[in-house]
Amino acid sequence: MAEGRFQVRRRAGVRLWLSAAWLIVLVIVALFAPYIAPKDPLEQDLFAGRLPPFWMHGADAAFLLGTDSLGRDVLSRIIFGTRIALTVALISASLTCFVGAALGLLAGFYRGWVDVVMSRFIDIWMAFPPVLFSILLIAVIGPGLFSIILAIVVIDWTRFARVIRAEAMAQGAMDYVASARVAGRGRFGILLREILPNVLPIIVVLLTLEMGIAVIVEAILSFVNLSISTDDPTWGGMISEGRTSIHQAWWVLVFPLITLFLTVLSFSQLGEGLKNRFDPVLR
Amino acid sequence: MSYLSVRNLSARVKGGGPLLRDVSLNVAVGEVRGLVGESGAGKSMIGKAVLGILPKAVEITSGQIMLDGVDLLALPPAQRRIKVGATCALIPQDPLTALNPSRRIGPQITDRLVDILGWTRQRAEERALALLGEVQITNPARVLRQYPHELSGGMRQRILIASAFAAEPKLIVADEPTTALDVTVQKQILKLIAALQVRHGTALLFVTHDLGVVSKVCQKLSVLYAGKVVEDSAVADFFTAPKHPYSAALLAATPKYTDPSAGLQPVPEAVIAAVRAEVGHG
Repeated sequence: MAEGRFQVRRRAGVRLWLSAAWLIVLVIVALFAPYIAPKDPLEQDLFAGRLPPFWMHGADAAFLLGTDSLGRDVLSRIIFGTRIALTVALISASLTCFVGAALGLLAGFYRGWVDVVMSRFIDIWMAFPPVLFSILLIAVIGPGLFSIILAIVVIDWTRFARVIRAEAMAQGAMDYVASARVAGRGRFGILLREILPNVLPIIVVLLTLEMGIAVIVEAILSFVNLSISTDDPTWGGMISEGRTSIHQAWWVLVFPLITLFLTVLSFSQLGEGLKNRFDPVLR
Repeated sequence: MSYLSVRNLSARVKGGGPLLRDVSLNVAVGEVRGLVGESGAGKSMIGKAVLGILPKAVEITSGQIMLDGVDLLALPPAQRRIKVGATCALIPQDPLTALNPSRRIGPQITDRLVDILGWTRQRAEERALALLGEVQITNPARVLRQYPHELSGGMRQRILIASAFAAEPKLIVADEPTTALDVTVQKQILKLIAALQVRHGTALLFVTHDLGVVSKVCQKLSVLYAGKVVEDSAVADFFTAPKHPYSAALLAATPKYTDPSAGLQPVPEAVIAAVRAEVGHG
């Protein structure tokens, strides 16, 4: 029994550290992209097009992960793409979390008409197809970093609101809330001091999941050319470009894809790991 | 002079049937009043109405709740909260959900003293330590730093009792405080509540469905059926000569160890029919 518990704990720890390590590397890479990237990500060299990664025959050691059909360095493009991916992930997920959690807490704790209005609104909101909705939104306000962030917030806040509303409702029915009310605490005070700490582990998990989702959404929008201007390297844009030459130069598609995959996985694992660490009941 | 006086209180589910019918009861300073009845008779509702924690779906239709000569129902909500917070406390039913799982024990006891009653943090902490000692928790300093899940049900109920007495309330509502505990722990907890009540001279409204508990801790007793008080007696009189036929049947239905072969005696149909007709319950 004791050994079993130890096992579970240790696995959660490894998961947390591995995913945190990958994300820290990404942050450093994003911050110092101009110093780390071996080449200019936009520099074209048509004579060096579709060079394979370093271990393959015919590679150029200057282009570690090869080049795309216009001769741009894949590694450098991935490195600069990290900037946009992380910016979108952090800003849009935080905003989504803030909006969704606040509305969810209010609906779940105050119940009554606040809850009725909010829940029906969320039902209607969730019935819109999200991809079409974001494409429509970006078509109206124009592409760019701000539009992507806005699209993610506008679409995904419902995810938070739903889950956190349910949790706030469950916590609100507990006796400790009744005790706090008897003790003379106001409703808003109860919400902040009694309910919020108990909902926080879930908020953390959702937040990190949402960061992963934001990275994917940004990639999807880049893939359909609705993201940033095509000059700026993005992972989704690279995948989209690489798709056309997958038989001649698979590395243009595969390396950004692996980066994307690891990043999304790390975000979700980070959330799980943090939850296990900070939830006093699970700890 | 009664400290708490509930007068002709009626309540109902919004758009539904009545929950409390013209309930009146008094709790004098330093007195313990038991409130018994079947499940759903409205015992807990009375306690909740006094403390102002009725579910949203329940509304009070008429009556008064006089606390220390002030009608709580006539006060604006904010003032009522302060009045109740300063003079009343709750010992809840289920110790497992009555402590906030993500906060340490210490702040859960002291926060209320500091934030609501304006004590200094140091004074509140000393008070918490002393009270945990009073409810016979060994090593109270350590317990104050622990989380609820690290403690047993009995320990948590002791903490809740300590917490209820922390601000020297004049009235405590104990809502079936021993129901969720196992029988051996029940007895200790009851003794503890009784001892603290005597020592602090607190008025206690003791909600329970266990007549055995009533005989141990209460001086007065109200028997509730379908939201109506059918009997209001001194406990000693109740156990020797119950006034109402329903109370007599309830008393007879309590299993006795002196005669284990007697089996269980349900309250007779005729008595139920009579009491239903009397309170006007469907």
